[in-house]
Amino acid sequence: MIRATPDAVHTAIEYTLRQDRGHLIAALVAATRDFELAEECLQDAIEVALKDWPKNGIPKSRRGWLLQVARRRAIDRIRRAKNLTEKAAQIAILEDTTPTDPHDIPDHRLRLIFTCCHPALAEKTRVALTLRTLGGLTTEEVARAFLDKPTAMGQRLSRARAKISKARIPFVIPDGPDLPARITSVLSVIYLVFNEGYAATEGDAQIRVDLCEEAIFLARMMLGFCPEDTEVAGLLALILLSHARRAARNATAQYVPLSEHNRSLWNKRLIGEGQEILQSALRKGQVGPYQLQASISALHCEAAHAQETDWAQIAALYRLLAQMNPSAVVHLNLAVALSYCEGPASALECLLELRGPLEDYQPYHAARADILMRVGQVGEARAAYEQALQLTQIESERVWLLERQKSLGTKKRGRARSSALSPTGR
Amino acid sequence: MKYLALIYAEDKANPHPGTPEFGKMMAGYQAASEKYQEDGVILGGEALQPVETATSIRIRNGKTELMDGPFAETKEQLGGFYLFECETLDDAIKYAKMIPTAEYGTVEVRPIQTYEFD
Repeated sequence: MIRATPDAVHTAIEYTLRQDRGHLIAALVAATRDFELAEECLQDAIEVALKDWPKNGIPKSRRGWLLQVARRRAIDRIRRAKNLTEKAAQIAILEDTTPTDPHDIPDHRLRLIFTCCHPALAEKTRVALTLRTLGGLTTEEVARAFLDKPTAMGQRLSRARAKISKARIPFVIPDGPDLPARITSVLSVIYLVFNEGYAATEGDAQIRVDLCEEAIFLARMMLGFCPEDTEVAGLLALILLSHARRAARNATAQYVPLSEHNRSLWNKRLIGEGQEILQSALRKGQVGPYQLQASISALHCEAAHAQETDWAQIAALYRLLAQMNPSAVVHLNLAVALSYCEGPASALECLLELRGPLEDYQPYHAARADILMRVGQVGEARAAYEQALQLTQIESERVWLLERQKSLGTKKRGRARSSALSPTGR
Repeated sequence: MKYLALIYAEDKANPHPGTPEFGKMMAGYQAASEKYQEDGVILGGEALQPVETATSIRIRNGKTELMDGPFAETKEQLGGFYLFECETLDDAIKYAKMIPTAEYGTVEVRPIQTYEFD
């Protein structure tokens, strides 16, 4: 082996952790049965690698190397702890399960996600712990995804690990009557991981792509575990179909709404895969919220131009979704769909009822502004954009909303169509 | 691992003795207790006197302060407890779910701290 520069070592470790952190932690938790200990030993192994690799070169199987060192550290730490009789069994497991081939690391990530998404943890903690443990994000990156301070996020994560260890949240794939609820909990965490990556248009672009890809990986893993569960398939389809439009959404530095996407940038392979998974789930006849949302996403993907969107069917799907999940946000989406298939006037009435619950929700005001503009109530549309602007913290969204508001200005000033067509011709 | 299941409910939500609801609840407690015995998970459990009988103790700077009443002035009060011996939190939750008061009150499950000495 050849020596490696410190920079090369840093890059190699960073890359390995991003790729394999979940795999490594899962293997260590499986061997030690102790979440905190697993984290500490991996941290130890990383520190050893930082000193060893510059001298002895970067090993071929970095994952295998880190795992071996972490295991030895675990044995050392257990030996040093008191109450050796009880720990002897733990050491025996560790020594027994050490694979002879470093490439042959059994995959315990499925067990790990059920532990990270255990309902005894708060929902935000479940998402954060999944991102940190399985997603390979650093604590700072997880904090950024939540707009939290790194110290606060670090405390949240260490409290969670302590609870898993001290209250003995088991490291098992659940079965029996609890399983459906446990799967639901994992799915909502995967959905939130995806949303973290998809929804925000600011922040580190690479982290956001990683989050979406991590969500796809986790959803695929869950579908492998329960291939007959139509909602697991629905979630994977939804994520694939949304992720397929990424390049068009991010085509410019500015926010690009769906109606203005350059549809040739959509990833047809992902769309095809999403549609296939969705179709085979829908054929099983057990529809649920994820399948409905995936169906809506699929209808958008099927339209070659925004004008060809099948809004009537989308509205029908949102109606079904609203029955299953009667949230104000679903009703807002229904109102927007209705504005295209039944006309903006009736949509405005629906929006009036949503004012209370969505008063502080930026997309509500942006949608209302757009619909008001379409019925010609320019003054009210401007006021609605103003409210939307006050509620957004994302720069690219702010720029987009301002432009929409400005385009109203030229229409109003002119009143006559000709002036709106040449806003600069004064 | 030992787990303490703390049974909290709002006093006015508790069924009154003599009503059919009270009989149903007591039968539920009896069924749960029998199941705990049968599975060998129960180490102890008691119902408590009403919250008015509670005294809270706090020592600050060497001075003992006694307070008339429970620790937290919340609507839901501690009404009783079970002490379970279970392998994992999932098992403890499984048994805690059998407590009838969980249907209108709250059951808090806490692992018991163990101290290791040489």
